[in-house]
Amino acid sequence: MMPTDAGSAAVDERLKAEPLMARLMKRPELGAIAGLVLVTAFFLITANPAMFTLSGILNFMAPAAQLGILAIAAALLMIGGEFDLSIGSMVAFAGMIFGACVVNLDLPLILAVPVTLVLAALIGAVNGIIVLRTGLPSFIVTLAGLFILRGLSLVGLKWLTDGSTQLRGVREAAEGDWLAPIFSGDAFTGLFGWLASLGWIETFDNGTAKVPGVPVEILWFLGLAALATWVLLRTPAGNWIFASGGDRNAAANSGVPVRNVKIALFMLTAAAAALLAVMQVLDAGSTDARRGFQKEFEAIIAAVIGGCLLTGGYGSAIGAFFGSIIFGMVVIGLTYTGFDQDWFQVFLGGMLLLAVIFNNAIRKRVTGER
Amino acid sequence: MATDSTFHHGDTKTAAPIIEMRDIEKHFGNVIALSGVSFDVRPGECHCLLGDNGAGKSTFIKTMSGVFKPTRGSITFDGKPLSFASPRDAMEAGIATVFQDLAMIPLMSVARNFFMGREPTKGWGPTKRFDVEKANAITMSEMKKMGINLRGPDQAVGTLSGGERQTVAIARAVYFGAKVLILDEPTSALGVRQTSNVLATIDRVRAQGVGVVFISHNVRHAMAVGDRFTVLNRGKTLGTAVRGNITSEQLQDLMAGGQELAQLESTLGGTV
Ligand SMILES: Nc1ncnc2c1ncn2[C@@H]1O[C@H](COP(=O)(O)OP(=O)(O)OP(=O)(O)O)[C@@H](O)[C@H]1O
Ligand SMILES: [Mg+2]
Repeated sequence: MMPTDAGSAAVDERLKAEPLMARLMKRPELGAIAGLVLVTAFFLITANPAMFTLSGILNFMAPAAQLGILAIAAALLMIGGEFDLSIGSMVAFAGMIFGACVVNLDLPLILAVPVTLVLAALIGAVNGIIVLRTGLPSFIVTLAGLFILRGLSLVGLKWLTDGSTQLRGVREAAEGDWLAPIFSGDAFTGLFGWLASLGWIETFDNGTAKVPGVPVEILWFLGLAALATWVLLRTPAGNWIFASGGDRNAAANSGVPVRNVKIALFMLTAAAAALLAVMQVLDAGSTDARRGFQKEFEAIIAAVIGGCLLTGGYGSAIGAFFGSIIFGMVVIGLTYTGFDQDWFQVFLGGMLLLAVIFNNAIRKRVTGER
Repeated sequence: MATDSTFHHGDTKTAAPIIEMRDIEKHFGNVIALSGVSFDVRPGECHCLLGDNGAGKSTFIKTMSGVFKPTRGSITFDGKPLSFASPRDAMEAGIATVFQDLAMIPLMSVARNFFMGREPTKGWGPTKRFDVEKANAITMSEMKKMGINLRGPDQAVGTLSGGERQTVAIARAVYFGAKVLILDEPTSALGVRQTSNVLATIDRVRAQGVGVVFISHNVRHAMAVGDRFTVLNRGKTLGTAVRGNITSEQLQDLMAGGQELAQLESTLGGTV
């Protein structure tokens, strides 16, 4: 008789104790966390200490958050096995729609915001349907979207403004709207004022806080990262996203509604771009056809730094969260150092290359590729 | 090794079929993969589908599990005409399949693969979530039943051996196959112990009234558990035989199209 290992052996004798490091290595977000530690160390050494005061931190967290809103959505889409290169142009396009709703149509935010988000999501759905129907790579389909939406934003804005590519007057039109504080300005201003009066945070000479509050995009960023992580790891939908990106056929044959998952993800990325557009337009008080320029690449880079595989089926939202913070730190951090700011592109390219090589090695470990 | 005597066999004549496929044709462009195949499965029987490479076995069971829509032909399920729009539909009707390519995702954990598309949930409303603990526990216990000790439910499928992977796919289908269980060459990568385990599992679920469709190239395995045998050749049925009315040799010959094999056998000295 064969040894009856099936029921009895509590500990598998063929399994070496897995060291903590090896277990950590399997987490998709490890690379991003390691990168964040490195970048932080770099700036702690080279940058003016002002970078790591409260105002300095919020200073780089604000652009990190803006990128992060895109990057988290882009990460989910990448895990689902697709790309969307049109999200940068979508920021401009949705900004135009939003501006037109508020300025030209005089709609209150409670209508203008949903109209913008829904319209963007519909365009996302069209992207998704074209990709699924034709079976073409989403890379190429959404590359077309990148040009089409950017062009439409230029043409549309000129048409709306009689020849300018900038639509002004959003601030005036949205002034006093009760919804505006959700999408623009700072949160916790009362708290910060109180902390300032106690002298716990930095103040100007007249006693007001140097940092009036936390920019709302940072709260959105934190909220979206948490929500996306929860969905990915703790809901059936998350399992479907991993499965759809891992192997479309296998997923569909196992009963995963792959088409719906992918279309929903395209809608999500487009809506995330529109959300960012609403925030930026309200903050700036105007919209511009150049908004979101090249943000699609930055979002994908942040997602890749965060551990997403270009081939899909693997990655994390938390990784994209850290990837975006790295991004913000590098862009803003260089201004606190003696280096020329244009080093930022070199830095970024280097990070991307490292991340891709690192992720590839990780994937081989996880799948035990032989 | 499992032999006939260890299994009791279902009584195939009495019950009405769970699923009945009639004159199924499937064309891929100008390729005619199936040209009129009829087949049915009754509760509590194991119906073996046999045939050479490229005969159309996988294509046929894919029309049964909702992957392909047949070009022509009718499907009756539980007495009602039916057409599955997707594999999900077929699953909801109680048909579970082990596909030849297993339909597993290497980057995902065993437990996530096991419940892919049918995740257990807990909580309700916005807190409704994937019950990971339950998924892990069931995966481990179902795998143990199949005689495979997993290192852990979070092990990626990509790190499993071919046979282990196949066993996960079988355990998954057995767990979800409420009415019909389709196995497309489930034992091709399995060791002796796991193979007899799978055959015993087929016997177990058959005893529970599940209809089993078993595709195999191994006549001995088919003879061990099969109640009926249908042989496909070049997209057509060569006929269906009931257990007891056919010998392994006859089946072997039918599968290979007769004479060629007899010839081969003589050159190889009867080892085939
Ligand atoms: N998607 C497809 N497009 C075109 N032809 C196909 C497709 N799927 C299957 N075929 C053809 O249909 C025929 C039957 O294939 P099928 O996979 O059903 O064979 P099989 O009996 O399962 O063989 P095996 O024993 O090797 O698994 C083959 O000739 C194959 O080339
Ligand atoms: Mg086959």
